[in-house]
Amino acid sequence: MNLTLKIWRQQNAKASGAFVTYQVQGVTPDMSFLEMLDLLNENLQAKAEPPVAFEHDCREGICGACGFLINGVAHGGRRGTTVCQLSMRFFKDGDSVTLEPWRARAFPVLRDLAVDRSPFDRIIQAGGFITAPTGGAPEANNILVPKDSAETAFDAAACIGCGACVAACPNAAAMLFTAAKVTHLNSLPQGQPQRDRRTLSMVAAMTNEIFGSCTNHGECEAVCPKKIPIEFIGKMNRDLIHATLHHRGD
Amino acid sequence: MTESAETQQHPVAGNRFVAIWTSVIGKKVVMAVTGAVLILFVIAHMVGNLKIFSGQEEINAYSRFLREVGWPELGYGQLLWLVRIVLLVCAVLHITAAVQLTRMNWRALPVGYENRKDVETTWGAVTMRWGGLLLAVFIVFHLLHFTGGLVGFQSGQFEHLMVYQNVVAGFSVLPISLFYIVAMGALCLHLDHGIWSMFQTLGWVTVQNTKSIRTFSRLVAIIIFVGFISVPISVLAGWLR
Repeated sequence: MNLTLKIWRQQNAKASGAFVTYQVQGVTPDMSFLEMLDLLNENLQAKAEPPVAFEHDCREGICGACGFLINGVAHGGRRGTTVCQLSMRFFKDGDSVTLEPWRARAFPVLRDLAVDRSPFDRIIQAGGFITAPTGGAPEANNILVPKDSAETAFDAAACIGCGACVAACPNAAAMLFTAAKVTHLNSLPQGQPQRDRRTLSMVAAMTNEIFGSCTNHGECEAVCPKKIPIEFIGKMNRDLIHATLHHRGD
Repeated sequence: MTESAETQQHPVAGNRFVAIWTSVIGKKVVMAVTGAVLILFVIAHMVGNLKIFSGQEEINAYSRFLREVGWPELGYGQLLWLVRIVLLVCAVLHITAAVQLTRMNWRALPVGYENRKDVETTWGAVTMRWGGLLLAVFIVFHLLHFTGGLVGFQSGQFEHLMVYQNVVAGFSVLPISLFYIVAMGALCLHLDHGIWSMFQTLGWVTVQNTKSIRTFSRLVAIIIFVGFISVPISVLAGWLR
């Protein structure tokens, strides 16, 4: 099949970008969306034109590297699917497809479809860890984890940090990402000693990176490739209220 | 880590209310709590309005009761003024937090998308800001209209404490009635999203109860809408005269 691609091209973070239209021929239904872009880039390189920059790594939906807006929806609009898992069989011959990078003050465009997501790393650095003694492996069942706590923690830990929640949010908020990371460790017994401090620090880091705040539209949940529920944001809110009222410092 | 993150990390006892106000989630908590107070008032207001269907004496007596209640501990109208002050403080906090959060959100998204589609959001969520602005304008008009009798009446038509007569005269003016109905539509949308949001912000929403809370939110919004517009519609239809 043949497609018309309208892609955001931008030299670097300082340059001003614009949409450029490309034709790509010979796309087969068994290709993934990124393989279709590989095909386009091979054609561009054959003509000595700069290829379209986009991030990718595992190409099986678990690393969180890929992601951009396809026809106005982050990751292309199929529930629980990253761009790399998106199959070309969902497109028809002659389709026109628009590709736009994540947009947020905190996520400046580096080049074309690649944005700088290091603010997420700094949110993790602020509290996305537990303190555990090093040395020999501890006895496996020393700390018992209730089944429902393990399930909640695992659902939250499924977040791959792709940034689609920020991209889809009308306020460019990182609440779903931060809530997933806070919920992951705050649900486990191992995360309890630093619970209040973690919540306060990660929310403060999120605010300092100039992300917006939540207005409960639910757009983030709709595009999340790992289907993180927005109820985790409610849980983080509760943890933050508790921490603000009860935290006594260290 | 930056300076402000450090101070957020160690809020000392005594400035916890400051800590709440300076955090983005804290500002939303302020909006949720003040919103809850305002919703409770709106429900009481709507129930009071419905007394108009019991006749002139009922509703006019009710308006005198609102001023006499609390006696002898409180003088005539004192409790009413106390409630008015609490409501004013809540409204000011609610609007201030909303304006500050909106400005922060606009700052976070300086470059808009060429094309971003909404897939999940509701009418209530999308109209929250502009609907809220309409409600603020409406509240000012409403106070000047039925509380003060300063606008919308011919001279000498408005009489203090003659609620029934004032309501019938006020709502007989079609554009004013329509403005009230439109404003109540905005309130309905505001509450459809607002009540659910309040529970979410306070952290009472879980994966298990989220559907029930959304339904509850919508139900309360619709009941308030129907309850309020029943009065202007009855006046326009000639059922109240």
